[in-house]
Amino acid sequence: MMRRLLAHRMFWPLLTLVLLLALNAAFNPGFLQLRWRDGHLYGNLIDILNRAAPLVLVSLGMTMVIATRGIDISVGAVVAISAAIAALMVGGQLVIHDGVQTVTSRFPMPLALAAALGVALLCGLWNGLLVAGLGLQPIIATLILMVAGRGIAQLITGGQIITVYYPPYFFLGNGHLLGLPFSVFVAAAVALALHLALTRTALGLFVQAIGINPAAARMAGVPQKLITVGVYAFCGLCAGVAGLLVSSNVKSADGNNAGQLMELDAILAVTLGGTLLNGGRFSLAGSVLGALIIQTLTSTIYSIGVPPEVNLVVKAGVVFAVMLLQSAEFRQALRGWVSRPAPGAVR
Amino acid sequence: MSAVGRGSPPMKTPFTAAAPLRPRLPRLDAKLLPLAVTIALFLAMFGYGSVAYTGFFSAQVLLNLLIDNAFLLIVAVGMSFVILSGGIDLSVGSVIALTTMVSAALVEHRQWSPWATMPLVLGIGTAFGALQGWLIQRFRLQPFIVTLAGMFLARGLCYLISIDSIHIADETYSAISQWRLPLGEEASISAGALIALALLAVALYVAHATSFGRAVYAIGGHEASALLMGLPVARTTVLVYTLSGFCSALAGVVFTFYMLSGYGLHAVGLELDAIAAVVIGGTLLSGGVGYLAGTLFGVLILGTIQTLISFDGTLSSWWTRIAIGALLLVFCVLQRLFEAKGRR
Repeated sequence: MMRRLLAHRMFWPLLTLVLLLALNAAFNPGFLQLRWRDGHLYGNLIDILNRAAPLVLVSLGMTMVIATRGIDISVGAVVAISAAIAALMVGGQLVIHDGVQTVTSRFPMPLALAAALGVALLCGLWNGLLVAGLGLQPIIATLILMVAGRGIAQLITGGQIITVYYPPYFFLGNGHLLGLPFSVFVAAAVALALHLALTRTALGLFVQAIGINPAAARMAGVPQKLITVGVYAFCGLCAGVAGLLVSSNVKSADGNNAGQLMELDAILAVTLGGTLLNGGRFSLAGSVLGALIIQTLTSTIYSIGVPPEVNLVVKAGVVFAVMLLQSAEFRQALRGWVSRPAPGAVR
Repeated sequence: MSAVGRGSPPMKTPFTAAAPLRPRLPRLDAKLLPLAVTIALFLAMFGYGSVAYTGFFSAQVLLNLLIDNAFLLIVAVGMSFVILSGGIDLSVGSVIALTTMVSAALVEHRQWSPWATMPLVLGIGTAFGALQGWLIQRFRLQPFIVTLAGMFLARGLCYLISIDSIHIADETYSAISQWRLPLGEEASISAGALIALALLAVALYVAHATSFGRAVYAIGGHEASALLMGLPVARTTVLVYTLSGFCSALAGVVFTFYMLSGYGLHAVGLELDAIAAVVIGGTLLSGGVGYLAGTLFGVLILGTIQTLISFDGTLSSWWTRIAIGALLLVFCVLQRLFEAKGRR
């Protein structure tokens, strides 16, 4: 029983999360408390869930890309582009009509949201076409958009921080549904839809096949190019939704800083969740857990009172530890250091 | 190895050389084509600037390209070796930041002599690179992830030293920063640019005339073949990242002269510029093919874009990012075309 528990691949990520939460609870006794106020649930845990929602979304897209042996380092830039478009199109103006003050948006909000998501989808498609169509290495193909994307985002915002004044837009990142933050529902819906698509159709199998051996998958009749393009497009779309949540949460869009370093956090979340960077083995639940771990880590660092910049050192340490643990060579070396194998023992 | 390699273009693998045994002389060697495209592009851009803007065509503008991008050239030289060996190093920008930060903290807060500080920071950068190389080689980790973590680590270490920018008022640093070697009547060149050019000269020699350089090309071409040929693959891989770490630290020292401050946010995104310069310089990202000389022109092209945009005055700075992205795309597509041709 214990062995099976230890061998389960969700075990280590879950343990990390629980330990982090326990650490927080030890430092701050009120950490785990949840309060019900004005029909909403409040508390540190809810805060973490709300803040983690964009990262969860991006991590889900990244998981699919990494599962096909790819990588998408442009997600941060796509977050910025999507946020910029949405903020620019929603805008918001105070209009006094018949003595009643109302705030109107520049374009209807559904149109703005659709435009932002459409452009994000296009960004993803572009990446996918470069990778599957032209055969560029994923890191380079997405590097192009990562470099140019920030420029495009700043072009849209005119190099300024665009502030949104249209209250309905704030609901995405700040609103509540059934007492929980709305963004949590968005992330959960995407995760559930993806999970169903992967398990109820052959898609999951195809993605896994491509990740394990792209050539063999193609030979076996898997529409490799189509799925690769689709995976990048999905990743772009996820980044787009994350951009909406982020900009709605802070009620503004900053072309330069929105989604900054998010690609790294997402890759970290995916790796923490036990997805192999070499493709093939992936875990959606793991990535969600990974994203929650990172957000909890960030909150922990804030709450303990360590300067937030130290976060980077901690994250670096975590990445080093995780990738070493994933390396077969390291595990073998570790085994050698800890105990010399008995003669005849199976290595 | 060194005797064979002198001057002759490197081959990706023996199998791609589908060219006739004796290539006709007047035709440009296909391996030199990307380099020729890069140089032509640089000349075209510089020529365009000279025609479009008054005061653009001068020796000083050309030298300023080197002066303002000395640190980029130094980093790009190290990056070229890494990419030629088939790897990538994302930590370079943050190692520069760490170097400026350590230098500033030691000189300003601890009153260290600059002449003791510089060797120390060079040592730190080199050790940093060596550690990354060792992790990559020993545990078969992906260079991308290791250097990504290295990037986090170096930036984080900067903030551990100080969150704010530290201004350097030290006389030696200011003197080196302001020193210019006069070239002719009106033009002059800075110490940083001279260091960069000297490094480039050494790197050209190392890449094309030493066994280490040949091993780097061989590993980038096909690692397993290099191993079977008895080349010191493990040592070379570690050395390549060590070299990149040293170059980053050297670039950091030059950057310190340039900015006269240490700051954790210095050189953010420089790794991307360095990769772009190497790619635009005609080096294949898959490794094994390319020239150090191309990297020089890659850096000059990036510098020219910035100069053109600043001369224009109406374009905003973010157009630089878009232009670099577009160029990167064009060159990646060209690379694919060249590769596809070579395979046929």
